[in-house]
Amino acid sequence: MKMRIFVPRDAAAVAVGADDVAAALEQAAEKRGLPVEIVRTGSRGLCWLEPMVEVATLKGRIAYGPVSPEDVSSVFDSMASNGEHPLRLGIADEIPWLKRQTRLTFARCGVIDPRSLADYRAHGGYKGLERALSLGADAILAEVASSGLRGRGGAGFPTGIKWKTVAQANADRKFIVCNADEGDSGTFADRMIMEGDPFLVIEGMTIAAITVGATKGYIYIRSEYPHAVEAMNAAIAAATRGGYLGTNIGGSTQSFDLEVRVGAGAYVCGEETSLLESLEGRRGIVRAKPPLPAHHGLFGKPTVINNVLSFAAVPFILSEGAKAYADFGMGRSRGTMPIQLAGNIRHGGLFETAFGVSLGELVDDIGGGTFTGRPVRAVQVGGPLGAYFPRALFDTPFDYEAFAARDGLIGHGGIVVFDDSVDMRKQARFAMEFCAIESCGKCTPCRIGSTRGVETIEKIMRGERVSENLALVEDLCNTMKFGSLCALGGFTPYPVLSALKHFREDFGPAPATLQAAE
Amino acid sequence: MTGIHEPWDETRGAEIIAEHAGQEGATLVILHALQGAFGYVPEAAIPMVAQALNLSRAEVHGVFTFYHDFRHKPAGRHVLKLCRAEACQAAGGDALAARAEARLGVSLGSTTADDRVTLEPIYCLGLCATAPSAMLDGRLVGRLDEKRLDALVAEAQR
Repeated sequence: MKMRIFVPRDAAAVAVGADDVAAALEQAAEKRGLPVEIVRTGSRGLCWLEPMVEVATLKGRIAYGPVSPEDVSSVFDSMASNGEHPLRLGIADEIPWLKRQTRLTFARCGVIDPRSLADYRAHGGYKGLERALSLGADAILAEVASSGLRGRGGAGFPTGIKWKTVAQANADRKFIVCNADEGDSGTFADRMIMEGDPFLVIEGMTIAAITVGATKGYIYIRSEYPHAVEAMNAAIAAATRGGYLGTNIGGSTQSFDLEVRVGAGAYVCGEETSLLESLEGRRGIVRAKPPLPAHHGLFGKPTVINNVLSFAAVPFILSEGAKAYADFGMGRSRGTMPIQLAGNIRHGGLFETAFGVSLGELVDDIGGGTFTGRPVRAVQVGGPLGAYFPRALFDTPFDYEAFAARDGLIGHGGIVVFDDSVDMRKQARFAMEFCAIESCGKCTPCRIGSTRGVETIEKIMRGERVSENLALVEDLCNTMKFGSLCALGGFTPYPVLSALKHFREDFGPAPATLQAAE
Repeated sequence: MTGIHEPWDETRGAEIIAEHAGQEGATLVILHALQGAFGYVPEAAIPMVAQALNLSRAEVHGVFTFYHDFRHKPAGRHVLKLCRAEACQAAGGDALAARAEARLGVSLGSTTADDRVTLEPIYCLGLCATAPSAMLDGRLVGRLDEKRLDALVAEAQR
């Protein structure tokens, strides 16, 4: 019997040698004269075990990891003989870190061949679209609304309301835009799902299109993600060949075309109106709202613009029903969130779970603390615009409102862990510096405030009139928070103020020697 | 990727522009295609893009300068990008960036005097759970440590 071996082609696995491992496996098989089929999958998201390879057996897929090219020969023999090996992890689905998750969106990621439409369909793909086509627009809108799905990009706006607004708008053309400009450090869920299950994103966008009556869609992917661009383009071509894009999709009377557009290194283009400007071929300058993109979006037409994960959640909601999704979660945060554990963390990766899990459980229990082995001191939740939380707030449940109540945000679900060597002044300064580099320049609080912020924090670092300058930074943050046009200037105060509030000791007066020298 | 670029040629540039000019909102698409072919966006191409898209030169220049990706001159033979965002900072990225600067004798954002290596910061490659990370000529490298960084720098200098 031909052995089937699965090796991830996910960028995170490739970055730690997955391509070399795949080549070495081919060689090992050839040397032994054993026929193998190597399937390149997405990643299961257990990043500390990458490259994690699996072999199909009658009992299920057996995983090994982390596998280096030097390990391949002995790993291959273990696979062929079903024998023991130090890197053998057992049945992949039974690995506790994977088993305790609730994988609704990432159910297929790391399992199927992301280049194969047939594999996608064999694993339940396009069931959501089939049901959507039988339901009609009003019933789809009702399903999406009652699922409680909120925008996964960070703002948490109810997806059903957004879609309904576009559905009700009258226009000669409407657009579906997928925001895949995942610029937040500590987040990689969009990248993983595009590389590991790209048809899911296409299916979600197609459901949106038939719901609101759009015939053209764009996926705007950041240029830092070449693997995701390649995966989405390949999937779009396969879906078009298979009759799931183009005219008469899925045998219906509906038409929908999809195109990938690549960003050019501007963080602010993750802001939806800036992204639309960029798609139109202009500088990524933020637009004032209203008008909302739902009324006046891409090329001035009604546009549904959602994050990758929002679209990716929709096929499950349609195929299994809104209730099956809404049964997970807490409060107004329904369903699951693909949480990304990153930075200085022992067990980093993608952990999809129902809303409500506590920050402490995510960092200490699931994440296993730091990989340096030093104590966790701070975690930044929600990307460069998210607050730094100390251990004292580790009881915060992962929920939009609970984080907001503690002056934080869950954003796109990224958690970056820092150990006790972190200098929070430096992190506060970086938040301002990043804002200064990436500001689109349209509004003054963001454009000028961020540069003044860097300068003022540098004064504090030099020990110059520390208490006065701290008051100035707080005042500046308030101006940016309430006076900026978009979340870049408006949320940069979150990391800065949280660093000041929870890690005040790092900003204390400089040592006496420095002050004397002044 | 470097080393595989054509020298600037007006006829070739015009061909590339014409190939994409029919798309809606084509400016970024064209700038990417020009840079893909020539390794940078030659100044001579800006008015050509403007004419093809019925835009002013200022508008195209504005787009070109807004985005970090677009180069106004060729990069070094190899481009080494180091992630400088928070997740990589948390995993020791600051020290590695300083080490790369010292090894190459240039600061982030510049090219070595022999034009061999351009060292650049990048803000997030999405490899945040295998940090710190880098990209050498489009090839991704995760779990960077001093040894792996030194090997990358040596490879870039070859």
